[in-house]
Amino acid sequence: MRETARSNLLHVSRKRRVKEDKRFVSGTGTYVQDVVPKGCLHVAVLPSPYPRAKIVAIDSAKAEALPGVRAVVTGEELAAHTMPIYQGLNLPNVRWRPLAHEMTRYAGEWVVAVAADSVHVAEDALELIAVDYEPLSPILDPELAMAEDAPLVHPDHGTNVLYRGEFNWGPVDDDFAAADRTLSFRVRWGRSSTVPIETFGVLASWHAGTDTLDIWASIQMPKYAEQIAAALKIPLNDVRVHNDVDVGGAYGVKRGIKHTVLVGYLSRKLGAPVRLIEDRLVNLAGGDAHGPDRIFDTEVAFSENGTIASMKIRALDDAGAYPGRGPYQLAKPISAIVGPYRINSVRYEPISVTSNKCGQVPVRGFGQAPTNYMIETAVDKVADALGLDRIEVRRRNFIDREQFPYMIPSGTEYDSGDYHAVLDKVLELAKYDDLLERRERRRAEGMLAGVGIATCLEPSGGNTMFEYLMNPQAEITTFMESCQVRVDSHGRITGIMGTGTSGQGHETLVATILGEELEREPDEIRVIHADSRAGFPTVAPVASRMAIMLGGAAAGAAQKLKERIIRIAAHNLGTTPDAVEYSAGAVRDSADPARKLDWEEICFIAHNQTHKMPEGIEPGLQAYHILQVPGGGRLPDEHDRVQLYPCFAFQAHIPFVELDPGTGKVTINEYYIAHDCGTVINPDIVRGMVIGGVAQGIGAALYEKFSYDPDGQFISGTFADYIMPSVFEVPYVEDVEHCTPSPLTSHGQKGTGEGGYLGAPAAIASAVNDALRPRGVSIHELPMRMADIEDLLNGGD
Amino acid sequence: MSAPRRVSLTVNGIERSGMAEPRLTLLDFLRYELGLTGTHMGCEHGVCGACTVLFDGDAVRACLIYAVQAEGHAVETVEGLCNADGSPGPIQDAFRDAHGLQCGYCTPGMLISVKALLQATPDPSDDEIREAIGGNLCRCTGYTQIIDAVRLAAAKAKGAGT
Repeated sequence: MRETARSNLLHVSRKRRVKEDKRFVSGTGTYVQDVVPKGCLHVAVLPSPYPRAKIVAIDSAKAEALPGVRAVVTGEELAAHTMPIYQGLNLPNVRWRPLAHEMTRYAGEWVVAVAADSVHVAEDALELIAVDYEPLSPILDPELAMAEDAPLVHPDHGTNVLYRGEFNWGPVDDDFAAADRTLSFRVRWGRSSTVPIETFGVLASWHAGTDTLDIWASIQMPKYAEQIAAALKIPLNDVRVHNDVDVGGAYGVKRGIKHTVLVGYLSRKLGAPVRLIEDRLVNLAGGDAHGPDRIFDTEVAFSENGTIASMKIRALDDAGAYPGRGPYQLAKPISAIVGPYRINSVRYEPISVTSNKCGQVPVRGFGQAPTNYMIETAVDKVADALGLDRIEVRRRNFIDREQFPYMIPSGTEYDSGDYHAVLDKVLELAKYDDLLERRERRRAEGMLAGVGIATCLEPSGGNTMFEYLMNPQAEITTFMESCQVRVDSHGRITGIMGTGTSGQGHETLVATILGEELEREPDEIRVIHADSRAGFPTVAPVASRMAIMLGGAAAGAAQKLKERIIRIAAHNLGTTPDAVEYSAGAVRDSADPARKLDWEEICFIAHNQTHKMPEGIEPGLQAYHILQVPGGGRLPDEHDRVQLYPCFAFQAHIPFVELDPGTGKVTINEYYIAHDCGTVINPDIVRGMVIGGVAQGIGAALYEKFSYDPDGQFISGTFADYIMPSVFEVPYVEDVEHCTPSPLTSHGQKGTGEGGYLGAPAAIASAVNDALRPRGVSIHELPMRMADIEDLLNGGD
Repeated sequence: MSAPRRVSLTVNGIERSGMAEPRLTLLDFLRYELGLTGTHMGCEHGVCGACTVLFDGDAVRACLIYAVQAEGHAVETVEGLCNADGSPGPIQDAFRDAHGLQCGYCTPGMLISVKALLQATPDPSDDEIREAIGGNLCRCTGYTQIIDAVRLAAAKAKGAGT
């Protein structure tokens, strides 16, 4: 169910097959595992059996003697030849390396790597390596990790606290003092991530003759080439990242820096292509790809009528042993720290600690999903405390459509929105009153049944300003994306993007926007991925930004190209650019429309006939545009107020669940969602992004957790232990669009890659707690697994 | 480890043979010995279904079978679902029309499971569709557009048959 934003659009918002799908359904995508050059060596890694231990000695002589083994490398060797991997925070004494050096910091951490002629031989060799460890007591609990006498994960750092901050936006104490009521609560987001079906893989190939390190990787990482070059201590323009590798799902987590540094080092050392493809256990236990693991302690000040005035939020996140950019997931949510609500003031205390668990990476939404779960829980609790309807309380707090652009206390302006209209649409889609009746009927039949409600803001477009809030050394305000467009001498259009893609349909996005602007058929436009040396400045397909940033760059490039086409045509029509009209690639004399130049003629002139070109126009037909994020470019003010992301999409979710009171099993019978990402570029892609995010949110809410036993052993090393939703766990999701165009983007588009994952966990939690309400219990820890619920209902063993 | 031996089988209707150590999985054999990289590795323990192929007509996990066990058998992979000219076949086209995929990584296994379903049950109910793809994890789509795609593939096949 959908409506288009502008009826005069040729291609944008229209249904169109997704370009990328053709190669994927044919089995002819090229993923990193499909790139195996002649002479390629294969890496296997030896994991630490202990969560925390001193490495006393490593004996690898037998492994080195095994036929087919080309190198055995330890952390000591790597530390001598490479730099520690870049991390977001300024932590000079928290050194992150591909292989443990002197000490292991989690069970599953890589200790030794073997490169061999086949991965089987490499794995055989691992069994011949003897490591002498001196086990130490691990620290696993983030609250205990902050204690003075806690074992230190990184002794040189002197504490397990990586970051602790306090932000005060607005008159928090005054608002609390003046409030009719206050409440406080704790919610916990479990350690999970978005775990793609393709594990992380990377192939590095050093060519001494050209001083080039070629990299193929299943990557989704800003500044990837920069980080590789820095860690390997080689010039940045020696590194060539091939962005035309298809990535088998990423959703934030495909970062793979340590893997790449390891194989890059080995390739240079051995003069051969070297690849490392994680197996599933390595991926889950030791890939440094766990997600947020967060405890929120929140206080809310509100009035008797349900208006929320202020919130005090403490967010404690367990980044694991190696934080990477993970802790920034505490800062990005500041961009929508009050959600869609008119909350006057906020105190926010983010804390990131290190522990003896696998390291953390950014996950879809970059911290927004846990934060939204906390915000929506707060609203439900206010409704509960006052005996008010949950939907009515949301309505009373929503920012109204007339109030946009709306400045929130932390200094970010929301661009546009119509939250009431979106909520109305989902209620209508769900036939909400009937749904409540169905719930009552099921309750009368002896089942526990619940209807959930959650909304979410999706900050989109990206920016780096949140980094500066946590680390003033990160004085970076540029967050650009680029697109080139070329028309060849036969008139065919090629769009060139500078990043890879991992299922988001970026080629379709670029083709659609170029086709829209140039009035040409998108299906005939080819879109390619320049490698990191050939492409123009870019960041990465993260931060729900590509429709805005790559789409905007494509529109800008197309407009520049069109200007050039018009100038060439006007010159040949003997008139001026303002006296002609462009239509579908042809240019006509406005005064005499019979006089015209067709697209093919203009392309031929541009490429072949200098004598017909106007003065000052270079040969060929090409243009590029590099777009800086709208509203970016300013550092925070003295009150830590700053514009973070530029555009704010919005969703409202309503799931209907049943809960078996005997087993604790939750079944989601129905799921409704209304979403507003401004102008939709491709409706199928948007629907897929939204619903796919919902499914991952269902996983985070009910099933997925990277678990450790009390001794620090990892116990989620298979898909039978780390449970992801199958088609049996995800209902057919009904969705409806709404369109509030963004005033800041080329076609009114906003991001939509994250919203489903931001709203669903909160919505499922709301539904489960609604189901539990008749029993007088509630649950505030994700995932809400069957056994947890059963314990809650039946008192455990 | 013991020496590689020759394995001969039928893949997508064509006689193929290659060398395999006894411990080599059918998945790795297809991918690295025969060069059929459409079949993907997801978990190597039989849960995710990314490596699903037809083995004598049944949908099975290629990561749980050794290549030597396939000696003399008939295997069909995603490449075999294409038309003779390499263009997408009807099930594949239905997935394109419904955008029943995103990153494409689980897609080959999903398509094979759907092929097995529609061979046995040309007009499946939604429950039968769920049953058929219940062993194929997709992390991108949330399955809704995949269900749309299977419904579409079945409807098109029905239309084509009448």
